[in-house]
Amino acid sequence: MSDLSRRDAAKRIVRFGALLAAGGLAGPRASALAQDDPVLAGRPLVRYPEKTDLILLTSRPPQLETPMKYFDRAITPNEAFFVRYHVFPIPLEVDLATWRLRITGRVDRPLELSLDDLKTRFPRAAVTAVNQCSGNSRGRFTPRVLGGQWGDGAMGNAEWVGARLKDILTAAGVRQGAVQATFDGLDKPAFPSVPDFVKSLDIARIMEDQDILVAYQMNGAPLPMLNGYPARLVVPGWYATYWVKNLSEIAVIDHVFEKFWMKPGYRIPDNPCGCVSPGTAPARTVPINRMTARSFIASPVPGTRLPVGRPVTLKGIAFDGGYGIQEVQVSSDGGATWRRADLGGDLGRYSFREWASTWTPAQTGPARIMVRALNRIGESQGREPLWNPAGYLRNVIEHIDLQVG
Amino acid sequence: MRRLLGPAGLLLALATSVAAAADKTIPMPPDHAYATLKPGPGVEVTRQQCVSCHSTDYIVMQPRGDAKQWDGVVTKMIKVFGAPVNDQDAKTIVEYLATQYGN
Ligand code: HEC
Repeated sequence: MSDLSRRDAAKRIVRFGALLAAGGLAGPRASALAQDDPVLAGRPLVRYPEKTDLILLTSRPPQLETPMKYFDRAITPNEAFFVRYHVFPIPLEVDLATWRLRITGRVDRPLELSLDDLKTRFPRAAVTAVNQCSGNSRGRFTPRVLGGQWGDGAMGNAEWVGARLKDILTAAGVRQGAVQATFDGLDKPAFPSVPDFVKSLDIARIMEDQDILVAYQMNGAPLPMLNGYPARLVVPGWYATYWVKNLSEIAVIDHVFEKFWMKPGYRIPDNPCGCVSPGTAPARTVPINRMTARSFIASPVPGTRLPVGRPVTLKGIAFDGGYGIQEVQVSSDGGATWRRADLGGDLGRYSFREWASTWTPAQTGPARIMVRALNRIGESQGREPLWNPAGYLRNVIEHIDLQVG
Repeated sequence: MRRLLGPAGLLLALATSVAAAADKTIPMPPDHAYATLKPGPGVEVTRQQCVSCHSTDYIVMQPRGDAKQWDGVVTKMIKVFGAPVNDQDAKTIVEYLATQYGN
């Protein structure tokens, strides 16, 4: 199993036809936490500033998870968007009169940009993109692994508006010999021995990607403080660890940056599946990068009791690492047969794609609904979860259990 | 550094931050009771030594584990993050965690 490549597995996917017309029927809805979920059980709902009720992972620095009920639609509301900080203290105050984004290092013209500069000196660019924590669903790994014990809600999708990173670096004039840019935010650990949260990307990657933004707008509004006010990096298709929040400095450097949060932090096994046999350590690692394909069922909620013979709408979202969702399939017979779900509007290849499918329970008793996504380059989701020691890249086929009759 | 605010205080702070458009300030809610460490020998030392960089929900959310797991955690806090914990306290903390959060 360990050397089974996710990508190869994906290509073996077989398609089953039978497209069901989605009825206009709304499935039963509930807003409570899934208390039977072993990962989320006992975790309180809390309300942080500019946020609605979210599932508490940690108080300080704050880590807050989005309840599954919000993933029945493509856009995640700002107030419900998950929060993940690494070091304490976090910024609690920003004064735009003094806040500046500094561009330093191997550039011809170091810059100090105000928020107005970002808005007026560079063309405005927009992208709808999924922001998902590398460790989303870590709590579901077997054997269990240490780290943030997230359920499935360390993800969200928003329309981001900002300035292109390549335009900003071009204005600064990247010098010959530049290799990477590092990104630092306003969160600064109080203990000097705790490594500051700094991430890096290759200059070559930045200059060829139109969609990497310094975003100052999220779903048409300024970013909530806990999601990176006044500006954050947006790296569509890649895990959220690169999307540095409350951005304050971009430094162009002539080497590969290997401080704690790039190495040994946030690394995956250096092989096509990013996996090793459960319980073992990889021989070589690389920085985590593009997201795996995933899909979720947000409605009905697990445990819902449904009558026999009455159609119900199954709903959720699917996404991948930036190629775009080709197809979503659901199974109600344990994966023996799959049928194609209806896809919602296409908000771009980096976005959540809504899906819906009508299902009519045929017999009483327990029922299981499974969902899997297929992207445009044939990547999909496997039956067996892949494992790595840090609990990253999870993309096993998801399911919900329901009760009929 | 942490301010204790009731829901009314939170609302007030939010309202103020909305009013001053160019200047955003948010309060930091206190650590949640869910982070409270279980009672038992060594809990005091653990609370003192493990609360300065993060809330103790970082500990209580982890999978249960034996002394080897918790020794690995405490060693990482000391070696990688520079937690100023002496050998005696480290031993007490590992024993406490392996007992209260063991499997
Ligand atoms: C000097 C600062 C500091 C102290 C003191 C400290 N920690 Fe940590 N701890 C960290 C940092 C930094 C992280 C990583 C935070 C993140 O990624 O969100 C962390 C994470 C953790 C985690 C999550 C697993 C992991 O490896 O990331 C556990 C469990 C933990 N600490 C336990 C403890 C215990 C037990 C103590 C008391 C001995 C302690 N910490 C004291 C800095 C500290």
